[in-house]
Amino acid sequence: MSLTVRHCSDANAKKEKDEMKVSLFITCFNDTLFPETGRAVVQLLERLGHTVDFPLEQTCCGQMHYNTGYQREALPLIRRFVQIFGSAEVVVAPSASCVGMVRDIYLRAAELFEDHKLAAEVEALVPRVYELTEFLVYRLGLEDVGAYYPHRVTYHPTCHSLRFLHVGDAPLRLLRAVRGIDLVELPGAEECCGFGGTFALKNVDTSLAILSDKLRCILDTGAEVCTAGDNSCLMHIGGALHRQRAGVRTVHIAEILASSTERSLM
Amino acid sequence: MSELPPATRARRPLPTFQASAKQALANTQLRRNLYKATHTIRAKRGQVVDEMPDWQKLREAGRALKERSLRHLDTYLLELEDSVQRAGGQVHWARDAREANAIVTQIVHEHGAREVIKVKSLTTDEIKLNQALAARGIEAIETDLAELIIQMAGESSSHILVPAIHKNRSEIRELFMRTLNIDNLTDEPRELTNAARAHLRRKFLSTRVAISGVNFAVAETGTVCVVESEGNGRMCVTLPRVLISVMGIEKVIPTWQDLEVFLQLLPRSSTGERMNPYTSLWTGVSEGDGPQEFHLVLLDNGRTRVLADTIGRQTLNCIRCSACLNICPVYERTGGHAYSSVYPGPIGAILTPQLLGIEKASSLPYASTLCGACYDVCPVKINIPEVLIYLRGRIVRQKQDHHQLRARMDPENVAMKLMARTFESRQRYEQAQKLAQFGQLPFKHGGVIDALPGPLASWTALRDLQPVPKQSFRDWWRSRKLPQEAQQEVDS
Repeated sequence: MSLTVRHCSDANAKKEKDEMKVSLFITCFNDTLFPETGRAVVQLLERLGHTVDFPLEQTCCGQMHYNTGYQREALPLIRRFVQIFGSAEVVVAPSASCVGMVRDIYLRAAELFEDHKLAAEVEALVPRVYELTEFLVYRLGLEDVGAYYPHRVTYHPTCHSLRFLHVGDAPLRLLRAVRGIDLVELPGAEECCGFGGTFALKNVDTSLAILSDKLRCILDTGAEVCTAGDNSCLMHIGGALHRQRAGVRTVHIAEILASSTERSLM
Repeated sequence: MSELPPATRARRPLPTFQASAKQALANTQLRRNLYKATHTIRAKRGQVVDEMPDWQKLREAGRALKERSLRHLDTYLLELEDSVQRAGGQVHWARDAREANAIVTQIVHEHGAREVIKVKSLTTDEIKLNQALAARGIEAIETDLAELIIQMAGESSSHILVPAIHKNRSEIRELFMRTLNIDNLTDEPRELTNAARAHLRRKFLSTRVAISGVNFAVAETGTVCVVESEGNGRMCVTLPRVLISVMGIEKVIPTWQDLEVFLQLLPRSSTGERMNPYTSLWTGVSEGDGPQEFHLVLLDNGRTRVLADTIGRQTLNCIRCSACLNICPVYERTGGHAYSSVYPGPIGAILTPQLLGIEKASSLPYASTLCGACYDVCPVKINIPEVLIYLRGRIVRQKQDHHQLRARMDPENVAMKLMARTFESRQRYEQAQKLAQFGQLPFKHGGVIDALPGPLASWTALRDLQPVPKQSFRDWWRSRKLPQEAQQEVDS
């Protein structure tokens, strides 16, 4: 399945304590709409001395289908994910909501459709699946990843990173260690931005009402960049900031952490 | 998963959440009132919960006790019936709203009462008891201040705990002046309360029958508990000669000691108070003290069906604290009326469709961003996002299996099926990526997409969209790989 095995021959021989082969789950959303986030993750992990593997068979985790109620349709996607990543050493994704899908929903889905084999495979895989910031802080024990980002930034903790993955202050610890950054606290940070996947289309009026309060809080910080661990929420927030010509852009946290004083390979 | 029997099915579907929410969102006074009220209660709750070192253990105890009660519901209900009867009370069983209303109306009628006073009760709102009484010429007088306000205004409740949360004090002042015939009144809370008090005291002293709901009923002792803040409920359950209490069957708890957990969880979660101001407990009747006739009506009204559903049943853990409403980003903007039910907010979004039948309220499980704040604050750990997602699945499967033609014509269903098929194959997925890169060209203006057609127009109503980049991540990945690896891939 996985074909890009870098340094394959000597991998075991010179395997150092912390050097890992990371299977990147880019998510369909980032792959198609935000490739720069994926490039940043690769750059960052390689800079930290890890090997990145990208199984090209991967597509979508099934979150949108499952959460909108199309659960039968999501099931083949769940099986597919488990098959592709089942043998990975660790799986890392730059998306809290997609990792939340794997961690919180996959087992429930297997139980709902009474697929016991899938349930067992999910249980074996889940402890090896990480969102990027929790991987860096809790698995690798890092805070300073050698980043340089001379901008005024505010961080929005997305609901999935905060309340489903419980990443805690991991993203903030990483951001605080970035050189040159002017990190400002976001008022009402823990409140939802109003995205909610298909909620943003199905309940567009309510979605925008929630968003308008989030925008006000972001603008109050005077930041030029709003960052988060999910490009989906950032697309929602950034789309409105752009429409309002607000002068604030949204940037995925991976891109901030990947930035350094050196020229980017992106 | 059995669906509803015909008796309750006759009801029409509720208005969609989207339509009701749109109206509510445009009401600037409502938005202001809700923002102020939810943020005030939210902050108070946060304070008194954070000071509890064992809060998570208490939540877990509350959940475990509720689940135990529900798992052995048949046993505890029979035990409760026996305990209440031994203490001199009478117990009635009601399968649905119609039966419960008939029982209550008959009891009131037998006592020749033309008026009854009521303690704030969601369950009697659920069965529309006041309307049933009115049909027999009996006037129900709400004694909870907020319930009284909305009764006077001819409106319905918009919050589990503070039913008139959508009204501010100047609106209440105008209402009192009009309905209580008062010539001179300010919007000072004390003055408003005094006006209501003068009106209610006359009723407390002259009315012979009272009706209440039930917060907890202890199977072991037959004790019924009502928790309230004003003392008006206390008047109702002590002054009249006859007391009728209507309870959903899920309100039974096994033992007296279990109250210890719930009387800590409930006030901190609901009003943000350490201890509840008025907790009334009574066991049957006592000669020469309080009501001399006590009736307990045990109401099913769809609850056993909820209980039969292994995922949905946790909904019945609810102790009606309303913490989930106060924390919810959706409720905070739309208020309770958008949910078209006596049970609004996140808990209503899962309870109403299960009680009425999901086809009657199929927009409600979608009235959530799945932000998870409701689950975090729930004192009995109802995983509301889990149940919301589960109910969405039932709605879609019902549409696909029972309305096949409609499903085939439904653009959402068609799009979802198409996308799922695309994601099932790497080849189709990569083709779709290319298609998106070209398909977007007509919608690109000055490097941005600002007007999409069809259902996607909702997105661009107030949000721009960055165009799909020419190079996907996987394209980049392939382009940077060592030639040798690319060759390996071709070989495979």
